[in-house]
Amino acid sequence: MAKRIESIGLDAYYGAFKAIEDVNVVIEPKTITALIGPSGCGKSTFLRTLNRMHEVVPGARVTGRLLLDDEDVYGPGVDATGVRRTIGMVFQRPNPFPTMSIYDNVAAGLRLNGVKGKKVLDEAVERSLKGANLWNEVKDRLPKPGAGLSGGQQQRLCIARAIAVEPQVLLMDEPCSALDPISTLAIEDLMTELKDRFTIVIVTHNMQQAARVSDRTGFFTIEATGEPGRLVEIDDTQKIFTNPGEKRTEDYITGRFG
Amino acid sequence: MSSLSTTPPPSVSPDGRAGTLPRTGGRSSERRGDRVFRGLSLGAGLSLLGIIVAIAVFLVVQAVPALRDNTASFLTDTVWDPNAASPAFGIVALAFGTVLSSLLALAMALPVALGVALFISHYAPRRLAGPLGYVVDLLAAVPSVVYGLWGIFFLNDKVIDTSAFLAEHVGWFPLFGADGIYGRSVFLASIVLAIMILPIIASLSREVFLQVPTSQQEAALALGATRWEMIRTAVLPFGKPGVIGATMLGLGRALGETIAVAIVLSPAFVVSLDILTPNSGNTIAANIALGFAEASSTGRGALIASGLVLFAITLVVNVLARAIIHRRREFTA
Repeated sequence: MAKRIESIGLDAYYGAFKAIEDVNVVIEPKTITALIGPSGCGKSTFLRTLNRMHEVVPGARVTGRLLLDDEDVYGPGVDATGVRRTIGMVFQRPNPFPTMSIYDNVAAGLRLNGVKGKKVLDEAVERSLKGANLWNEVKDRLPKPGAGLSGGQQQRLCIARAIAVEPQVLLMDEPCSALDPISTLAIEDLMTELKDRFTIVIVTHNMQQAARVSDRTGFFTIEATGEPGRLVEIDDTQKIFTNPGEKRTEDYITGRFG
Repeated sequence: MSSLSTTPPPSVSPDGRAGTLPRTGGRSSERRGDRVFRGLSLGAGLSLLGIIVAIAVFLVVQAVPALRDNTASFLTDTVWDPNAASPAFGIVALAFGTVLSSLLALAMALPVALGVALFISHYAPRRLAGPLGYVVDLLAAVPSVVYGLWGIFFLNDKVIDTSAFLAEHVGWFPLFGADGIYGRSVFLASIVLAIMILPIIASLSREVFLQVPTSQQEAALALGATRWEMIRTAVLPFGKPGVIGATMLGLGRALGETIAVAIVLSPAFVVSLDILTPNSGNTIAANIALGFAEASSTGRGALIASGLVLFAITLVVNVLARAIIHRRREFTA
């Protein structure tokens, strides 16, 4: 199921602007890796290079190598849509399809993959909603619009939608920043459960969250505006928050900077 | 008692009422600007209602005497001879031709318009999208008489050839029956109408498609959708109410289009599906334009009665569109 990710000398550009430079990371299967750092440091950009969502922006491109197990995600002939079916993503703001019911939202990815049978879909929808800890709240109103749920429920619906296609890796771009503390807790618990099945990478501004849920933490920063973001260090979360290897990391997590 | 307590409590305003919050002088909490603006917008809304009612009343009042003199049945006959000594006229042929030509125009224009709109909003490189959108808007601004002249002097020849081809090869199709004479037909009128309503539908649909939130489109892409699948999953459903609205505007223009149809169509008061041949139909609006100058007073009344029917058809179309949008209201963004 879960796969290993390795980036080697990864650079990402928006047009002529280099957003991140020379990122070298190994992310082990069935772990949660948190990416922290100040705004504009390139952590979200890095996350989006992992499933090739970066190149959706006009003019954006990536150089370097990104291995999923042993396969280069940016290798010649690799189809970006295939990569995105393997590496799911949850966004900062909950974005269920407003024109679809709760059921159809979860089934959307499967239908894109050509899954048609009602029984198969019913099972997958139930399994995914249970996997996202949302089933009990919505099982009686599956035909209702997904946009009618609360913010936290919508975000869990988006997680259900992402895991319905059984990806290898789950990327989460500040998934709780638009949610209240109770919904945030629900999602953090969910992440810990999902770790048994997926490799999870999460971008967060909330350092307590990184410390609570992640196994490893990577710290990104920029030297100055206009400079590319760099990965300062990545290590076990315990170590990053108690005894970081770099002064810049320590300054950031103790609040002396950023 | 200390000296401080001799100052009056600050919470009593000069007019003697308690409280420090600002108070309104009169019965409502509005300032003059609010009242003026509310009056203006209310007046605008009411005047619109008034105008619609006035039009309906005018049409009915003007039509009634002619309808009283009518020797045929207005709602069920196809004959149109209101200027005769014993006037006889029915709306069936005109209403049928109006609806048929408009629906054909819509069937031709809608797919192309959606293609144009999607190309501009999601496929064309940015350098191309801007100018292309401008050209589409420009097409919408061409006066209909110009379309009419172009239709009769240029398009008619091409349509004659196409019609002959269609009649020969797919003549079994109900719409393509023919007797060897082509051109100046309902087919030609429909094509001209289609070209006229295409830019309206394309332009409005493009605006709607451009408003689809990036987050919705990224949601689809992140599930592994190709560009077309993304458009099918996120863009088209989001834009559907807007596209229906644009379609209805286009249909409204096609139903009411007067001069272009009057120029290109060789009219006849018959109910016929043979759209390729001349003298196989007519439309309400074109008939009014062509017949008004030489009409007797009963003839004018008959034309006004036909206008009332056109008014009703347009109303029904709009109500239907509203109903379609309303039915899935909770699923619209």
